[in-house]
Amino acid sequence: MTNQKQPVRPAGGPGHPGGGNMMMMGEKPKDFKGTFRRLLRYLRPRKQALTAVLLAAILSTVFMIAGPKIMGIAITELFEGAFAKFRGVPGAAIDFERIGNILLLLAGLYLVSSLFNYVQQYIMSGVAQKTVYDLREDVNLKLEKLPLKYYDGKAKGETLSRVTNDIDTIGSTLQQSVTQFITSFVTIIGILIMMLSISPVLTLISLVSLPVSIFAIRPILKRSQKYFADQQRTLGELNGHIEEMYTGHPVVKAFGRERRAVEQFDAVNEELYEAGRKAQFISGIIMPMMFFIGNISYVLISVVGGILVTQRAISIGDIQAFITYTRQFTQPITQTANIANVIQSTVAAAERVFELLDEQEEVAEVTTARLESAKGAVTFEHVDFGYGEELLIRDMDISVEPGQTVAIVGPTGAGKTTLINLLMRFYELNGGVIRIDGLDSRKMSREDLRTTFGMVLQDTWLFNGTIRDNIVYGKPSATEEEIIAASSAAYADHFIRTLPEGYDTVLNEEASNISQGQKQLLTIARAILADPPIMILDEATSSVDTRTEIQIQ
Amino acid sequence: MLKLLKRLGVYKTAVLAVVLLVFLQSMADLYLPTLMADIIDNGVVTGDTPYIWKIGGIMLGVTALGAIASVIASYYSSKAAMGLGRDIRRSVFNHVERFSLQEFDQVGTASLITRTTNDITQVQQVVIMLLRMVVSAPIMFVGGLIMAVSKDAKLSLVIVVAMPFLVGAILLIFWKGMPLFAEVQKRLDRLNLVLRENLTGVRVIRAFNREREEKVRLNKANRELTDVSIRVNKVMAGMMPVMMLVMNLTVVGVIWFGGMRIDSGAMQIGDLMAFIQYVMQIMFALVMASVMFVMVPRAAVSARRINEVLEMEPTMQDEGVRKADRERGTLVFDRVTFRYPGAEEPVLSDVSFSAKAGEVTAIIGGTGSGKSTLVNLIPRFYDVSEGRIRVNGVEISDMPQEELRSKLGFVPQKALLFTGSIADNIRFGKENATIEEIEHAARVAQAEEFILGLPGKYESIVEQGGSNLSGGQKQRLSIARALVRKPDIYVFDDSFSALDFKTDAALRKALRSETEQATVMIVAQRVSTVLDADRIIVLEDGKVAGVGTHDQLLEDNAVYREIVESQLSEEEIA
Repeated sequence: MTNQKQPVRPAGGPGHPGGGNMMMMGEKPKDFKGTFRRLLRYLRPRKQALTAVLLAAILSTVFMIAGPKIMGIAITELFEGAFAKFRGVPGAAIDFERIGNILLLLAGLYLVSSLFNYVQQYIMSGVAQKTVYDLREDVNLKLEKLPLKYYDGKAKGETLSRVTNDIDTIGSTLQQSVTQFITSFVTIIGILIMMLSISPVLTLISLVSLPVSIFAIRPILKRSQKYFADQQRTLGELNGHIEEMYTGHPVVKAFGRERRAVEQFDAVNEELYEAGRKAQFISGIIMPMMFFIGNISYVLISVVGGILVTQRAISIGDIQAFITYTRQFTQPITQTANIANVIQSTVAAAERVFELLDEQEEVAEVTTARLESAKGAVTFEHVDFGYGEELLIRDMDISVEPGQTVAIVGPTGAGKTTLINLLMRFYELNGGVIRIDGLDSRKMSREDLRTTFGMVLQDTWLFNGTIRDNIVYGKPSATEEEIIAASSAAYADHFIRTLPEGYDTVLNEEASNISQGQKQLLTIARAILADPPIMILDEATSSVDTRTEIQIQ
Repeated sequence: MLKLLKRLGVYKTAVLAVVLLVFLQSMADLYLPTLMADIIDNGVVTGDTPYIWKIGGIMLGVTALGAIASVIASYYSSKAAMGLGRDIRRSVFNHVERFSLQEFDQVGTASLITRTTNDITQVQQVVIMLLRMVVSAPIMFVGGLIMAVSKDAKLSLVIVVAMPFLVGAILLIFWKGMPLFAEVQKRLDRLNLVLRENLTGVRVIRAFNREREEKVRLNKANRELTDVSIRVNKVMAGMMPVMMLVMNLTVVGVIWFGGMRIDSGAMQIGDLMAFIQYVMQIMFALVMASVMFVMVPRAAVSARRINEVLEMEPTMQDEGVRKADRERGTLVFDRVTFRYPGAEEPVLSDVSFSAKAGEVTAIIGGTGSGKSTLVNLIPRFYDVSEGRIRVNGVEISDMPQEELRSKLGFVPQKALLFTGSIADNIRFGKENATIEEIEHAARVAQAEEFILGLPGKYESIVEQGGSNLSGGQKQRLSIARALVRKPDIYVFDDSFSALDFKTDAALRKALRSETEQATVMIVAQRVSTVLDADRIIVLEDGKVAGVGTHDQLLEDNAVYREIVESQLSEEEIA
């Protein structure tokens, strides 16, 4: 399917551009509990490391939270001393020895906290990436075991997105979110305790700002969702236009429609600009709004706290501590508010990956027969087969002797390609036997079976590499002479030499720099080079002209 | 990246406004601690509650001002960022529209599409973040410093001492991290490429028993990505702890030295508290700025890919000024040779022929013999390497491309249609075509019957890529599109292949009367299509192996005879 020119659109992945996590609506997993447990199983081999991470995270946070309170004590000490001195109390002075000790303790606390923080992140990077590696490796191994039925039935983009985007999501959650959740949780509890111990009244003031900000932000959020939807829609429209104009480039040029294409593009582009500008603007004021509300509570705390100090209800250092706590409070709150979303989308991603891992595998090999070098006799005996419930082939008998050329003719959908699928054992029979040189094809290894065939498909798959690499795909040890001989036999040598770099021309990712017919010639050369006893050409020459076709045969 | 950012110059005012407003907002944020210091020093110490309330009121005013500034800043920043995205998109699209097929071959259509869509979106995202967060970092930083110095210049020395440590640590981490980030992106792309190839090529991989090698390839890509990801994350693990540590230790230092300043009466307690908050604000600004480093490498990759497109100059110059009106309906190839740059052998060599109005010239030859290349030279999709091509008696490089193409009706090998109605698609050939002209073209192209069979007739919608039509229907529409132009030269590049023999014959008959004033070029695989051509050119490996009518060639051309024999049965030949 190399010639499908669909642009790769990242499925899943980050949600609205620039909208931030706040607007991400996580999709719901079907079986949350089961998937979550299964995901945990991947972490099991790294249990010890994880425990260390947990411990380090908790310790680091606890030490960090203790900081402002102790700092407050130092400031109060300073204030009392200075205040007494200011009022001229005899012998009053700032007790620098005590303050020095407190500050040393504080410095030690911060040092330890940072150390634990580092340890935690350092260990976690290994844990997260290795887990992702395991997951990816499991998927890779699985891909090899999946029957062709799976590949034919599923869109490539979807499978690709499971293997890349979904695993990426899991990885970044492990890397960042997991420890973030732990520290956020500990921070919130810790700060609450500290705040309450300083002053319940001030705590109430700073807590009130939370519902207020939710209240204030909700309508903005709603508006912004609408604008983001607009932006998404126009972006889709624009991308559609780009795709169409690029794939239709020769026609656009031939009919001199470049100007019209550009005009249309400009119109949609302008629309996108308008929609995007609004969406970005609205989403851009969410943060300032939150800061604003945070600042209001800061002001209130300064005022009320100041009054409380004059009444000797709390100490001056406590205000300093309190202000620091409120500043540190908002971040973990927003983070925890997102937990539900992040966990949900992570588990949903994991579920999609596990679904892939649970797909039915190819029937296991039974290798009781060895096929050293086949002579090339093929027989179908009472073969039954169907892709679904309904049988497409019923009780088919075919017998081919070595050296014979057999043509399979029939209209589209008659099952020509199916025969090849069965011969190569891409699909399993429903009944009957296929024999190669008299041996049951199910009794030999797939490798033996497939070495026997050289297959040239209607659909020409070439990969992103040089022409030479593509030709030697079936026989990596081939010499230069063999390569040229095979290409000449496939009538590909001449056109290869007309390409910019000859045999070293790199095919681009869609192999669009050569024509369909040329691709087929290359795949034929590839099959010829592999030199198999049985050669299968599945409409291999449909894009090759008849004369070349006859010459190849 | 920088190169693209220069385009922000157009939005100078908006960007300037953003910087100014962010500055205002930062100053407001920084002014709050000063006011709080006043509350402490003048209100709390003296027990003056009304003063505390008054200052509190001012603080509310300041914070409201800051909020308003940042809302307006958001307005301008989204304007500038989205505007930039729009401009880049427009210039890339405009630029690509000027590309010849050679540039398309070079980059690949799908890649061009991703570059114009996803890559630009990626860059736009980063610019938004840049304007939103990163701009404020240096302002906050400098503003914080100014405020700190104004509070107590001597105490600011603590910050001055701490700063090199912090900046040094950040730079060190990024100096080590940046190349790793780029590497992660590279290896991720690699893994995705290998994966995609494994998914699309599964049949071939299994047929050639290459599962083991592919598994090794996948494993290698996976392991390499994991290794570098772990490395980058370990480096980045130091980031936050180091920044927090420096910040906290600075605060500790501020309290210690501030205490001494207070002791000597040079400073008040409230000022110290304000000072501590400045230090925190400065440090947080730096943390915010560090976000940029995570995003920029990603965007830099996209930016590079965009720039590659923008820097690619179309190989073809559109400098001709002559009108193509000397001899209507004539086409001359004069010793034309074409080779791809760097190719060992030319695709076409020394091709000459000339065709007059009312004549049909057919080109036949094997795969890779250069048939499609030959017709692609006529609309100047590629420029000839040697020799010249004349349309209507004028050399095609002497006329504007638009003039040249207005004389041509081109029907490509692949029937490319566009989203829109059937009528729209036919009208693509002639913008102001009347409905009669469209119907006539459809009739000649043998498309009328199936169009009238559709529920919406001529207004039926063609889906993207024409996926709701059959191959033969698409080909007929693509022929009608060329017919409605009433051009001087028709080019059919293997355009009858999806038609059954009956339709093929009927269409060619109808074409005859339609094209009396024009030259017709037909590239064909089927001999039956070219039987009655006035002139058949047989191509073999890019060279003309013979020119003549069917009967002449059958007589004296071995290559042609082989082609004919491979297709027609004995009696048909005779």
